[in-house]
Amino acid sequence: MTDATTSATPETVAAAPAGSGNGRPDLLSIQDLHVWYELKRWGFMHAGFVRAVDGVSFDVKHGEALACVGESGCGKTSLMKAILGLNRPTSGDILFEGRSLSMLRGNEMRWYRTKVGYVQQDPFGALPTFMDVRRILTEPLIINGIRDPEERQRRIGKALDEVKLTPHAEFLPKFPHMLSGGQQQRVVIARAMILEPMLLVADEPVSMLDASVRVEILRLLRGLQVSHDLAVIYITHDLSTVRYFSDHIFVMYAGQIVEMARVDDLLGNPQHPYTLALLAASSDPDANNALVMREVPPGEPPSLVTPPEGCRFHPRCPHAQAGLCDVEVPDPFRTDEAHRVACWMYDPEGRHTGGADAVS
Amino acid sequence: MNNGNANLLSVRDLRLHFRATRGVVQAVDCVDLDLPRNRAVVVIGESGCGKSTLAKAILRLLPRNVHSYSGSVFLNGQDIMALDDETFRQTIRWRRISMVPQAAMNALNPVVRVGEQVAEPARLHMGLGRTEAMEWVLQSFAHVGVPPDFAHRYAFELSGGMRQRVIIAMALIVQPDLVILDEPTSALDVLTQANIMNLLKRVKKELETSFILITHDIATSSELADDVAVMYAGQIVEVGDAASFFAKPLHPYSYKLMASVPRLRADIQPEFITGQPPSLLDPPKGCRFADRCHERFDKCDQEPPAIQQGRRIVKCWLYE
Repeated sequence: MTDATTSATPETVAAAPAGSGNGRPDLLSIQDLHVWYELKRWGFMHAGFVRAVDGVSFDVKHGEALACVGESGCGKTSLMKAILGLNRPTSGDILFEGRSLSMLRGNEMRWYRTKVGYVQQDPFGALPTFMDVRRILTEPLIINGIRDPEERQRRIGKALDEVKLTPHAEFLPKFPHMLSGGQQQRVVIARAMILEPMLLVADEPVSMLDASVRVEILRLLRGLQVSHDLAVIYITHDLSTVRYFSDHIFVMYAGQIVEMARVDDLLGNPQHPYTLALLAASSDPDANNALVMREVPPGEPPSLVTPPEGCRFHPRCPHAQAGLCDVEVPDPFRTDEAHRVACWMYDPEGRHTGGADAVS
Repeated sequence: MNNGNANLLSVRDLRLHFRATRGVVQAVDCVDLDLPRNRAVVVIGESGCGKSTLAKAILRLLPRNVHSYSGSVFLNGQDIMALDDETFRQTIRWRRISMVPQAAMNALNPVVRVGEQVAEPARLHMGLGRTEAMEWVLQSFAHVGVPPDFAHRYAFELSGGMRQRVIIAMALIVQPDLVILDEPTSALDVLTQANIMNLLKRVKKELETSFILITHDIATSSELADDVAVMYAGQIVEVGDAASFFAKPLHPYSYKLMASVPRLRADIQPEFITGQPPSLLDPPKGCRFADRCHERFDKCDQEPPAIQQGRRIVKCWLYE
């Protein structure tokens, strides 16, 4: 594929900050990933591409919790599906422990799928209504060739212990509709954990749950992540939960990563105008909120078929500079050790006249 | 909380129980609620606590398996529970109290232009002709920030935020006194959510509409709240003005619910509430929260009264 928009050089984003430490290679390395969907007219004529993921690079280390934040339609799900091996990347590569996903065949792909667990957004939709909990948890074990019933029993017990669904006998014969939302999500997590994966992809795991249960599930995931040295990619649109769950975070907009940092760093010192807008629009419970209007950038996210030239946020950005932001795609500039921002205001050469001071 | 006439809406001892195969579900039980004119009350609580059923009970949108439906609802001092169904339909529902149901933006008719769908309440309730109703539609669109030419579009041609605005326009078109919003922003993105909340604030100021906002998203609800009502297991356990509620919730359940909200701007670890809400088929005799309460004592085995605390009301023995 010939493609001129891949200006985000992998090295600048992917270069791991010092601290990949223990000598192991990164668990997962996404390199300049593009997931494009072809649009057809009348079923056969080419009518352009939907550039759902357009030049995304990042690394996930062993045991690291990484949050991916963005609005719907920004490519989060396409990215996740590519990681799970459900979508074939248009270009770019996904390396799992140094092995390219596109090179895995047959049994190797099956091996990969046992190493990557998936926690769905809607637990009730994700659980087959006609299977009881025992059957739901047995299925992955059978598929992966664990024939010994006692071994299966042991593993199921362990998985249920991990998600704190005890006593087992009470939950094993239950069908999904007999469980509360929180318990359903626990079963989903148990199913994802039963093959002892190294990476868990959690797609909005708590957005369908009540506030009181939400925290419980997030704590559970955090506990599993720490105790199993599990890497977790936590996809969400809710910035307020990220702080309590993740180590690193990246913000996506229109198929690209606009900012990437440690969580405290991003929340404490947000830099990209889009991140600032997201933070300004999120509320904490406070009666004073009712007295003021929230500032929201005008317009809506751009079409991914014909994304704007230059920075994709420039049509909505209060700091956009004509002749720069609407022409050239900003590199992800490194503003701090682990902080990268794809915005011209942070260009070390200072080509943006407003400069970073305009933001703060 | 006493003289029903000063309030736009005043609900007294409202009950809505459903028949189920295994017994009677007490979905809404003994609910008292007052709403002054041009104010917004948010009803918060976990799913299954009866928030949406309360809205339906106020609007008399009842399913077939109703076991009992009683109490009184005063709108401008008039007891609308006394009206017969036909009068209620013609003069109250949508005309005076309209509703934005949950996920309504996904329920727009895909083959009818949105303008015509929004016009429908005006044509039915005001007896307007097609062209006249379209003028009302455009006026309503202006209030909610939908460009006029969108009236000729179909639902699938609009983004989620625009569809939600269209639905709100539909609820506002006949200029009702009260709009009930059931989870109006739960499926929307953060920026769109903020936009919709801004819009509701503006509408409240410009049209002097009152709102009942039903939600489980406490952080977002604070954007519109003048008053807060907390529901638990079919009952309202605390009502009060937003400022004092958010500063210091009184009922142990409200307190724990607020503690479970993750904060963006403060580094407080959120807590969760252990246990599960009781079954509404056979709720506990005394306080319904007692089993999960950290402040439980002997008296909690008896039904707590609604206790006045300044301008707030809390249903808990602690404040006796």
